[in-house]
Amino acid sequence: MNINLDVEMIEQDNMTTLVLSGEIDAYTAPVLKEALLPLTKQPNTEVIVDLEKVNYMDSTGLGVFISALKSSKEHSTSLKLIQLQDRVHRLFKITSLDSIITIDTTVRGGN
Amino acid sequence: MESVKLDLENYRKLLKEYLLTNDETALYQAEQFSKLSVQHNISPEEIIHVHIEALKELYPELPREVSDSLNFLLEAMISYGLALQEYQFLRAKQSELESEISVAANMQKTLLSTVKPDIKGLDIGAISVPANSMNGDYYHFVADKEGTLGIALADVIGKGIPAALAMSMIKYSMDSFPENQRQPSMILENLNRVVERNVDPSMFITMFYGLYNPESETFSYASAGHEPGFYYHASKDKFEEIEARGLVLGATEHTTYQQFVNHIKKDDCIILLTDGVTECRVGDRFIERDEVLQVIKDYIHLPAQEAVDSVYKYFERLQDFHLRDDFTLIIIRKKV
Repeated sequence: MNINLDVEMIEQDNMTTLVLSGEIDAYTAPVLKEALLPLTKQPNTEVIVDLEKVNYMDSTGLGVFISALKSSKEHSTSLKLIQLQDRVHRLFKITSLDSIITIDTTVRGGN
Repeated sequence: MESVKLDLENYRKLLKEYLLTNDETALYQAEQFSKLSVQHNISPEEIIHVHIEALKELYPELPREVSDSLNFLLEAMISYGLALQEYQFLRAKQSELESEISVAANMQKTLLSTVKPDIKGLDIGAISVPANSMNGDYYHFVADKEGTLGIALADVIGKGIPAALAMSMIKYSMDSFPENQRQPSMILENLNRVVERNVDPSMFITMFYGLYNPESETFSYASAGHEPGFYYHASKDKFEEIEARGLVLGATEHTTYQQFVNHIKKDDCIILLTDGVTECRVGDRFIERDEVLQVIKDYIHLPAQEAVDSVYKYFERLQDFHLRDDFTLIIIRKKV
């Protein structure tokens, strides 16, 4: 089983997009945290996380997004998740984190 | 097999035997000798030293270049000897840590142990299996004098030791709430504050709290982002998802939780679980929630404890199954 997470960063003006592909779990979550947290601390940055190619995420991943949200509030930056696959989106819905984290549901990731 | 002795005499004998006969048995014994040396902390350079001595005894006329080159080799091996020492040290250290963790795990078990209460008219089954040595799932029953039964089921995110510590915090906070604040929504609101203030920002807790009142035959509950459980209507032989949306504990400072009430009839069941149950995997495949429900359906007619044990055993039996997360399942049936 190949459990891995690739993180690609695309910067454009004040907007930084993290394109993730793979799985987010206890083993790969630190990779995400390392890439995401510093971005939320850069003044005037809009951080977008593209989850189209993430087919599995467990609650450790949610933990990273919660700490990213807290950090972005603290530093007055913004955080948005896009292109979530159903399985991943379900986690945000069950935990009601979709009520505090901005999730763009107009574009849905493929399964 | 002749036991291999760790001394110069023996090494010389083996070496001589091999040089004369080229017999593989001697080679095999050399291998045994090396294993034994590792066990006794003998460094590679010591073995080379023994080799040089043995060679000189066997061949007093050994050319100077050969003997010098062996001395050279001896120097080159010194770091390997140090690495061996370090390895032995780390191994000892590791087994020390392992035993400390097992002490901590036992302590957690004692601290968080809960007794399945004997409540008249209820049949209760509960199972909780940790994926690693420390369980990040937690369930607790609180039975009070009036006959009400409180059921807490929580899943700490962040695994291992920090999760276990957070769990103890939850338990002791709950114990300290006064009796008149035992309403599910109140409990979750209070716990949310405790968690938000006291744990790492990336850690959070999902929790379900239910309160069964035998007099009114009602089950009140609230959920902090916990995996939804199921309600089994015996008369219709139908399962229904227990929907109770609410934010996970520890995500924001102030949150309110909606409380719901269900009337419970004879033979109806309340089924509570953690996401370890629905996040099971078999090889590369996820086990879908429907499949989990189907397995629960298959065993729901059994006494509650047998039912939860059977569901767990079913998943455990699946080929290539491995528990990625702690697994907890509770079934409560109203018998009268």
